[in-house]
Amino acid sequence: MASQEILREEPSRGSFINDPRIRSLFFQTLVVILLFSSIWWIIHNVIENLQRLHIASGFGFLRSRAGFDISDTPIAYTSDSTYFRALVVGLLNTIIVAVAGIVLATIVGFAIGIGRLSQNWLIRKICTVYVEIFRNIPPLLVIFFWYSGVLAVLPPPRESIHLPFGSFLNQRGFYLPRAVWGDGSWLIGVALLLAIAMAWFVAHRARQRQRATGQQFPVFWTSVALIVGLPVLAYLASGMPLTFDFPKQSTFNLTGGFWVKPEFLSLLLALSFYTAAFIAEIVRAGIRGVSKGQSEAAGALGLRSGPILRLVVIPQAMRIVIPPLTSQYLNLTKNSSLAIAIGYPDLTATAGTVLNQTGQAVEGVFIMMIAYLVLSLVTSFVMNIVNARMALVER
Amino acid sequence: MQEHDMSWVRTEMALAQPAPPTERGAYAWVRKNLIGSVGDTILTVLGIAIVLWVLPQVINWAFINAVWTGPDRTVCTTASQGGIQPDGWTGACWAFVNAKFGQFMFGTYPVEERWRPILVAILFVALLVPMLIPRVPRKGLNALLLFVALPIVAFFLLVGGVFGLPHVETPRWGGLLVTLSLSFVGIAVSLPMGIVLALGRRSKMPIIKWLCVVFIETVRGIPLITVLFFASVMLPLFLPEGVSFDKYLRALIGVSLFAAAYMAEVIRGGLQAIPKGQYEGADSLGLGYWQKMGLIVLPQALKLVIPGIVNTFIGMLKDTSLVLIISMFDLLGVVKQNFADPNWATPQTPKSGLIFAAFVFWLLCFGMSRYSMYTERRLDTGYKR
Repeated sequence: MASQEILREEPSRGSFINDPRIRSLFFQTLVVILLFSSIWWIIHNVIENLQRLHIASGFGFLRSRAGFDISDTPIAYTSDSTYFRALVVGLLNTIIVAVAGIVLATIVGFAIGIGRLSQNWLIRKICTVYVEIFRNIPPLLVIFFWYSGVLAVLPPPRESIHLPFGSFLNQRGFYLPRAVWGDGSWLIGVALLLAIAMAWFVAHRARQRQRATGQQFPVFWTSVALIVGLPVLAYLASGMPLTFDFPKQSTFNLTGGFWVKPEFLSLLLALSFYTAAFIAEIVRAGIRGVSKGQSEAAGALGLRSGPILRLVVIPQAMRIVIPPLTSQYLNLTKNSSLAIAIGYPDLTATAGTVLNQTGQAVEGVFIMMIAYLVLSLVTSFVMNIVNARMALVER
Repeated sequence: MQEHDMSWVRTEMALAQPAPPTERGAYAWVRKNLIGSVGDTILTVLGIAIVLWVLPQVINWAFINAVWTGPDRTVCTTASQGGIQPDGWTGACWAFVNAKFGQFMFGTYPVEERWRPILVAILFVALLVPMLIPRVPRKGLNALLLFVALPIVAFFLLVGGVFGLPHVETPRWGGLLVTLSLSFVGIAVSLPMGIVLALGRRSKMPIIKWLCVVFIETVRGIPLITVLFFASVMLPLFLPEGVSFDKYLRALIGVSLFAAAYMAEVIRGGLQAIPKGQYEGADSLGLGYWQKMGLIVLPQALKLVIPGIVNTFIGMLKDTSLVLIISMFDLLGVVKQNFADPNWATPQTPKSGLIFAAFVFWLLCFGMSRYSMYTERRLDTGYKR
């Protein structure tokens, strides 16, 4: 047929300049040429600059002596250790403050977010004021506020503020009793692991039984009893090996116990209070995103308000909440780099010191970028697994 | 016998009865909102306790016990600390803010030249206010003046060196001047850059697409401080010998690159929300790529993501405070720098200065978020349910 013949013909074009394929090829080639020539130009400049300034290149410096002290060292470190070890200490500090911050921010954020949806007018308003204050000021300012505004003007060690459980608070930080694990305390750890495994098994079997027969089993209380009870039994059986080392007041300072430095404390409080405001908004949006019909239908089925929230609203709200929550966790991890402003030795601070001492800016910034990218990827990976478990199972 | 009709139809409306007394007035409100149940009552009592515990302390500290004016630290210290206040006194030291106000606004910008930033600020407000009020006409001309003419005028006014104005180097800039100028230029640069990156990420050309993806994901995966480090220590190495950038410009490049990556993701969200029919409709009208994007897709997409764009602006304004780490002094940096002034070192100085800075940041960010909510409602023309 004639009309089909016409369709099969190559559509005529005015000129090859208007052919989208040729155009796309042309623009991409142009971009590649521009990109490579500018990269070549930059590399050329960098090599010339480094030679002129007599700066070495390569990662050989990682094996040489660091020569600076770090105030918080989760692993053994002295100024005689290598640069590499200094960077590892920094990375560990970043991870410690990020994990602690994520836990604290999640707790505070969920509490405030649920509070904003409360029936109670006063609680609602208090939570709104909290969110509106902390969302609209820079996190660095919050860090300074805790550090130089609150913690630095606390009383000196001699007039420490006494807190419950034998802990103290003064301008040098927060002193907590430290657990001392004696001989045989490994039994407690084994008991805890065993209890968790048993609780998981009980939960699994209870779920199977409920699916098969409809009978319910008090999983929560059984798990609590197992997880608390077994370690306590192990503690008693192994002859009570756990003691506490309480901080003691001496003439000028407190000795013993576990010392939390003000740098860490203000960074942790600031990061978690700041991020909590954002998490609260996410939680509120998530709960409001579950349509009212869902809870009404659950009510019509005869569920009480507790089970409605636990079985119907929260599982659906979590689907909305988790993706933005992940990006808040990533933000918190990245914001932990503000530690440099108050001298907490996180990754950025130690890498900055290394960079200043060796002058190897390219390598220093490269290490920082790779480390944070890896941290971000790991966090997203973990949260993606959580998200996949929560996501809607379409049948 | 009189015929009696049993049927009866009411012809007038019954008068509305007032709601039962338990359901109206202040009492019902209190019952519903404060003491609905036992748990609610406990929460209310707890809330009142918190308010009663916090509020008097705050008011006492910030207003009643506060010192508003004074020549030096003696007005803000107790007798045992060498001042004039009674022992045990705590109160805000607004005298510190008062004395340093010029520095907080302009940094070490020469005092006799401070009319220049003030003039720029007046011009900025005069152009911004009609821009923000929807009813004022000539938005196009206004935008041209605000985003093209003003930056040029402001550049010559602030930097100087021409028309007989003395040159002021950027290291002497500081305070709110740096905060606002960095964020304004950052906004003006990052929005178009973000649009280009977002379009690039959705482009059909693989090389351009992957370049944009790598740039956006790398920048979003690292903290701003790292980007600023990059801008301050690596950019000088990238340039040939003798060519050097101003530190202010380097910070500006870092902040803009960082904001552009976030902006790109926000705009991509908007582009994805536009139905396919819009793209196909534009194609069928014979529009080219830039016509299709500029006339059909972007106006709709940008309107959808205004809240996200404003959130990025707010984030950027807050992030400018980080330039203090590469030793530039924005508002927060200047405030912090002045804690070290021995003339004003008191236990109350840091708290007072930081609360002042927090208040300024809060006003700017809160104002921006409220304006964006207003615009969102106003522009919500299409997708209303």
